[in-house]
Amino acid sequence: MSLTDPISMVPAFGEAIGMSVDNVEGSRLTVRVPYAEHLVGDPDTGVIHGGVITAALDNASGWAIRVGGEWEEGMSMATLDLRIDYMKPATPNEDLLVTAECFKETKTIAFVRATAYQDSPDDPVATSIAAFMKGTPNEPRR
Amino acid sequence: MEILKQLREEGRAEDMQALVDHIPYARFMGMCVDRKGNEITMVMPFQDMLIGNPVLPAIHGGAIGTFLELTSLVQLMYNTQCERLPKTVDISIDYLRSGRPVETYGRAFVTRQGRRVANVRAEIWQEEINKPIAASHGHFLLTPV
Repeated sequence: MSLTDPISMVPAFGEAIGMSVDNVEGSRLTVRVPYAEHLVGDPDTGVIHGGVITAALDNASGWAIRVGGEWEEGMSMATLDLRIDYMKPATPNEDLLVTAECFKETKTIAFVRATAYQDSPDDPVATSIAAFMKGTPNEPRR
Repeated sequence: MEILKQLREEGRAEDMQALVDHIPYARFMGMCVDRKGNEITMVMPFQDMLIGNPVLPAIHGGAIGTFLELTSLVQLMYNTQCERLPKTVDISIDYLRSGRPVETYGRAFVTRQGRRVANVRAEIWQEEINKPIAASHGHFLLTPV
């Protein structure tokens, strides 16, 4: 497992929303998105937009395959589908955490569960389930 | 949202661009609304910050998810003439093709609008409308503003 390489490269969009790796424990990976004004979806309440949560869930889920699965250096993957359930609005001015774990993997597909929360994973803001295709082409296209 | 009431009072309940400009995250993403009569096409201009895979390069799945959700919400708010601020209950996203570093367009279809819940499908594309890069279907709670 190569932890530092794939994960230290936060993609541009991850940087744009201020996302970083918070913690890796076994096959569970947690990312953190600090509260920021530009992430707000409802200016009356200050609640962050669902799209921010989508981005964090998607990114954390992809990274979870790299820490928990049979990931080889240089292997690429693509999200096939991502299903998100929104349980409650995120509390303004508090960081958002997303913990993801790859719970099943075949040669070509990886299945990942993730939870977005603030105080405790037992009281989620949102949960997701995703399927990723492994070994998709990763060369600059013409 | 206060803006919904304001737009209604000003008789601008159809001005979806004003609505989008009022949402900080939508503004940050540079979302534009192209409305021709009752047909709404959302536009997400390309910006370097949208990149998720720098090698291909490809737009981040989170940016694509955001765009699908916003496209769905704007269509719903247009249909309800800003009387409601829908809340996303769930959304299911199919990633069909990698998003190239170009402008992306989106359209949403309200498949059923009930009293409390609406079902919305959305599709987004780039150069060719018949080659969508992602599609979604979601459930949205319709609550009076």
